[in-house]
Amino acid sequence: MSGLIDAIGPAVIIALVKVLVTFVMLLGITLLVVWAERKIIADMQSRVGPNRWGPFGLLQTLADGIKLFFKEDFRPRTADRWTYAIAPIATMVPAFLAFAVVPFGNEVTIAGHPINFIVSDLNIGILYFLAMGSLGVYGIVLAGWASGSKYPLLGAIRSSAQLISYEIALGLSLVPIALVAHSLSTLDIVGAQAGTIRNVTFFDGIPVLEQVANIFRYVPNWYIWSQWPAFAIFLVAGIAETNRPPFDLPEAETELVQGFSTEYGGIRFAMFYLGEYIHVVVISAMAVTLFFGGWSGPGFDFLPWLWPLFWFFFKTALFVYLFVWLRATLPRLRYDRLMWLGWKRLIPAALLWIMVTAVVNTEGVSRNVRLGVFAALFLLVLAVVLRGDPRLKEAVTPQRRRTQGRLSRGAA
Amino acid sequence: MVHPAHPPDLSTTQERCYKVPDGYFGQYVTIGIFAVVGVALVFGTLSLAKLVRPNVPAKDKYTTYESGIDPIGRGWSQTNVRYYLFALLFVVFDVEAVFLFPWAVVFERLGTQAFIEMVIFIAILAFALLYAVKKKVLEWL
Amino acid sequence: MSIDVAVFGVMFVVVLGSSIAMLFARNAVHVALFLVVTQIGLAVAFLLEGAYFIAAIQIIVYAGAIMVLFLFVIMLLGVDRREALNEPLRGQRPLAVGLAALLAAEVLYVAYKGSDLITTGGGSQALQDLNADPGNVKALARVVFSRYLLPFEVTSILLVVAVVGVMVLARQMSAISPVSARSGSSVADKEEAA
Repeated sequence: MSGLIDAIGPAVIIALVKVLVTFVMLLGITLLVVWAERKIIADMQSRVGPNRWGPFGLLQTLADGIKLFFKEDFRPRTADRWTYAIAPIATMVPAFLAFAVVPFGNEVTIAGHPINFIVSDLNIGILYFLAMGSLGVYGIVLAGWASGSKYPLLGAIRSSAQLISYEIALGLSLVPIALVAHSLSTLDIVGAQAGTIRNVTFFDGIPVLEQVANIFRYVPNWYIWSQWPAFAIFLVAGIAETNRPPFDLPEAETELVQGFSTEYGGIRFAMFYLGEYIHVVVISAMAVTLFFGGWSGPGFDFLPWLWPLFWFFFKTALFVYLFVWLRATLPRLRYDRLMWLGWKRLIPAALLWIMVTAVVNTEGVSRNVRLGVFAALFLLVLAVVLRGDPRLKEAVTPQRRRTQGRLSRGAA
Repeated sequence: MVHPAHPPDLSTTQERCYKVPDGYFGQYVTIGIFAVVGVALVFGTLSLAKLVRPNVPAKDKYTTYESGIDPIGRGWSQTNVRYYLFALLFVVFDVEAVFLFPWAVVFERLGTQAFIEMVIFIAILAFALLYAVKKKVLEWL
Repeated sequence: MSIDVAVFGVMFVVVLGSSIAMLFARNAVHVALFLVVTQIGLAVAFLLEGAYFIAAIQIIVYAGAIMVLFLFVIMLLGVDRREALNEPLRGQRPLAVGLAALLAAEVLYVAYKGSDLITTGGGSQALQDLNADPGNVKALARVVFSRYLLPFEVTSILLVVAVVGVMVLARQMSAISPVSARSGSSVADKEEAA
């Protein structure tokens, strides 16, 4: 055995430890997120929420899991046996695999080995994240098809069309990040966002503004400042990718019962459920990594390795809260509006924004011009939003169409 | 970029060993371990549940759900041709997005020429989207 | 046994096994699934060769996009339809066999000649440039946007032609047979009508 360890070297041991720690962490977080969502939603709806198991009902998710574990599991007679069994696995695996490229802490040195808090730093990290997202379609489409039932099939085909539509917007929204970071590695992208915005010479010579511009020395150098349109597209597409409200059409209970997972029960259903929440955590973590500086944040001398971890999880938790908040606030989109938003708004907007970022980042364009363009754009949009321009509402609402005589065509 | 201190030794294979630093492949091995552990975990959970859960067969349990009545017809039916069109558009734009990434990474070094090349590429593909919009393929009702 | 040999072994068994299983699967969705497994296995093969970017493309485009398209086609046609024995395209089977034999001969020839054929051919300089950069995203971009610019742009035209063609066909299809343009309830409707 020791010979084997010598042969494979410490790298594999480190990898194994990393993998196990990440798994325990991811599952722990997911259980917490499920509980937190129920508590937050309950609070927003003036209810108490889970409060029986453990302090504040913390163990509720665990109790639910154990309950589902002991539930009878029956497969419909019409179901396709193997595909039916594979679908829950195909949902879970890509969901947690995507977490492998999320860096969640600064580098530390343990026993002489520098260790990064990341499962693996791939040189094509962003593409890997997208690849896992594209494999996530299979869990849903297989679950729906394998059930041999009508509602799941409708839910699955609808859901996969939604997922592939928003996957493009998701991918395109990450191109500007690769453009400004010159890398696809998530570790490099976090590294590029380290520190604060310095040397803003834009207002030099103007008496008061020069002093005001000093606050930039305390503003972290995150991509969100210059890349907020990309972030907006990423967030909308990300929520759609997780099948969460307001994009929860795959399991629209008023139309499709439970969507693709209607015919699933017991522990298999728990897998779909868990997969969705892992996806939420992964998208939140990715948003933090790509746009909000990842684990970077003010550190202190006390336990220096802990602060990056704290900042990462703190920022991720804020995003998870946003997910829950949206669920409590927004009604579900209608299917045609969903497709309209994805294809006619998000994708053209993402393509346009890539072009803008490319022009502004061409060699020879000075940093001041860049900052000026981004600032002017931001102020313009802010002004439009604050004025409440009716054209804004037109831009984000599909035009009304006469549906008389066309309803018989049937909308799936 | 930081790599594990001691990546798996790949140099023992024959002459055609890879011309890339070993650290890169080591990262993918870690992903492999991650995947294997994950699949084992999911599979283990499912198998364990199979051992402990009750099994009380009854004929009606194995029918599919159809709002409480007996299911009519078969569950598998044809779907709308529109979904196929969306899938095809998806393939096209997926290819486009994938080509955009290497372009974005080296953009600053290639400069204006690469920009024009990519504008042509995107314009041609945008034509497909425009065509779809004009032919009302993307409209749902 | 070093780790890459082990990975290669597993990949080899998985790819070959799923390819053969694909040939013998009766259900169209199962065929598609085995093809997905094969594609993912091939991505691992690219990883072994150090072509990380191609591996990512293999998963995103082939396993993620094109196979989803396949599944949509299968669901569009209705999965439980028996294989049609009368083929609309005459002589496609002999043609397919001939082309497959040609492809096999090509593969065998390249395997016989070894990698010299590829590395000393016209693309040798480009290939060396590619392999010089680990992960080869940047090197690949430099080659694509200079030396292989024309094929790159032609690709986009090809894709657009495909999309436009399918849209025209799909419009005709929904005009001729309204049933195929409808979803879900069509089977139930047909049975009710009967």
